[in-house]
Amino acid sequence: MTNNQAETMNDDSTIISISKLNKWYGNFHALKDIDLSVNKTEKIVICGPSGSGKSTLIRCINRLEVHQEGSIIVDGVELNDDVKHINEIRSEVGMVFQHFNLFPHLTVLENCTLAPIWVRKKSRNEANHMAMELLEKVRIPDQADKYPGQLSGGQQQRVAIARALCMQPRVMLFDEPTSALDPEMIKEVLETMIELAESGMTMIVVTHEMGFANKVADRIIFMDEGQIVEQNDPETFFNNPESDRTKLFLSQILDH
Amino acid sequence: MASNTIKFEKLPDRLPPSNTVGWMAWVKTNLFGSISNTLITLLVFYLIFLYIPPFIEWAFINANFSGSDRSVCDENKAGACWTFVKVRFDQLLFGLYFATNPDQMWRPIIAFIGFFGLLIPLMIDKTPHKKWLLITLLTIFPVFFLLIVRGGVFGIPDSDPSQWGGLLLTFTLAFVGIILALPLGILLALGRRSKMPVVKSFSIIYIEFWRGTPLITILFMASVMLPLFFPSGVEFDKVVRAMIGITLFQSAYTAEAVRGGLQAIDKGQSEASMALGMGYWQQTIFIILPQALKISIPSIVNTFIALFKDTSLVSIIGLLDLLKIAQNSSRSLDWNGYDIEAYMFAGIVFWIFCFGMSMYSQRLEKKLDTDRRE
Repeated sequence: MTNNQAETMNDDSTIISISKLNKWYGNFHALKDIDLSVNKTEKIVICGPSGSGKSTLIRCINRLEVHQEGSIIVDGVELNDDVKHINEIRSEVGMVFQHFNLFPHLTVLENCTLAPIWVRKKSRNEANHMAMELLEKVRIPDQADKYPGQLSGGQQQRVAIARALCMQPRVMLFDEPTSALDPEMIKEVLETMIELAESGMTMIVVTHEMGFANKVADRIIFMDEGQIVEQNDPETFFNNPESDRTKLFLSQILDH
Repeated sequence: MASNTIKFEKLPDRLPPSNTVGWMAWVKTNLFGSISNTLITLLVFYLIFLYIPPFIEWAFINANFSGSDRSVCDENKAGACWTFVKVRFDQLLFGLYFATNPDQMWRPIIAFIGFFGLLIPLMIDKTPHKKWLLITLLTIFPVFFLLIVRGGVFGIPDSDPSQWGGLLLTFTLAFVGIILALPLGILLALGRRSKMPVVKSFSIIYIEFWRGTPLITILFMASVMLPLFFPSGVEFDKVVRAMIGITLFQSAYTAEAVRGGLQAIDKGQSEASMALGMGYWQQTIFIILPQALKISIPSIVNTFIALFKDTSLVSIIGLLDLLKIAQNSSRSLDWNGYDIEAYMFAGIVFWIFCFGMSMYSQRLEKKLDTDRRE
């Protein structure tokens, strides 16, 4: 066991702990001294203007972006250059993307079973069985043999959620999951996410859907300029925001 | 409120107006749509009328098929002399060794039958166990080919490969070039996009070097220089040297074709597979390459077609491929003067195989196209 593992064992309820995280793109300082710890089963919504670093932050958690300073510990494993650690964390952390990123050359079912078979080393039978169960949960089991290109955007995003869940992750990251959807399809995806939240999954969601945030979030984080400006429970966040920046943001998105 | 709501009703779908569909409409819009369009159409019809009937007369109606020497053709100069092709057919297909040893002709014939016997089922969608057919074609078949065509074992007389020729040689060179260049090209394309500087620079230097050198130079160098790099005991025959030269050259082109496909793949694909915990090779094999190769099918096949035709350059090192042997035959004493027939025959054979590759690649593209909505 590493030191890091021993450290985080002290606090059983923490699943992600980020401290003094800094990230640069070239000379651009994208994330500044981010401290964040996420408890098991906690639902966190991250919002903020575009370019504020929200997506970069969650993409650091599964190392799609490499940070330069600070530490990220996920489920007792520290993220560093060790490829073994990276793949270990990636198989524990599921991610849903804005543009779905389904594999267009594979059927819906194959999309869901590829990683469980090759990364988790499950048998094909077992993987198929679990995939069908999850596709039923997101209410598209009848599309299992179709290709992603034959589905609507909302259906594709629900497949993407099922695909991530097939790895049996302990944390789910959502990077603006409804931003690329037609208005009529946002609801079906949000409903799936709400059900997932109710099942007790730890979730970090970057979104502009304030209704969803209000309903599901245990904590809302507001970011701007690569910093965490404010974090509060939804009640306080919407009704009594602490920071003037938050107030401005809320007035921009809510007043019309 | 509810009582004021108007119920939405979908109108039934109707067919398009009849003057916009059917062949009459197609002819009207596409052939005679405007004045200039009409003029071009008429001009093309006129040229077809001018040149096609005389050609058909020469190539078929007045052509000579009978006899076994040039006397038939010399008497009837108005038609093509296919007698020549008929008499020299063995040589054109299999080269000098097998044409002068007719009792050995069964060897390349069996090899050809074996090749197409494996290849054609592979191209048919419904064939079962395709994977095993392909593995047989790539592993067992080359050994079988070497045993039976080259000989020298099991009492089969040794046929000197430098005496192979015609379609047999063209085919052998193209097959080896394609089969070896594809995996090499894929590795080079991946290498060129690698984040490891050494791998990346090696790939770039390799690709740019071979791509920037004419194939004739490479073949010539392979023939003259390759022996210098090996200890004096090691000797390759000319055909093997040509194969090495062609493979090195072809892999650079294939690499660039594959790289085009790799570049077209959205970054989200590798991000999604990374997020699922897949390693580099898993991503590459399951996610990136299947999509990239699909996109690059037209350009890969393009390089293969070019290779198939480029094999005729081996005549520079004294090998008698289909084109060269056709040319030589038409300049022999027996058939001097019948070059047009020789070149036309070689051209048609090349065209059949190149067009076949092109057709198959188009079918493959359609089959692999999963992006369409249904």
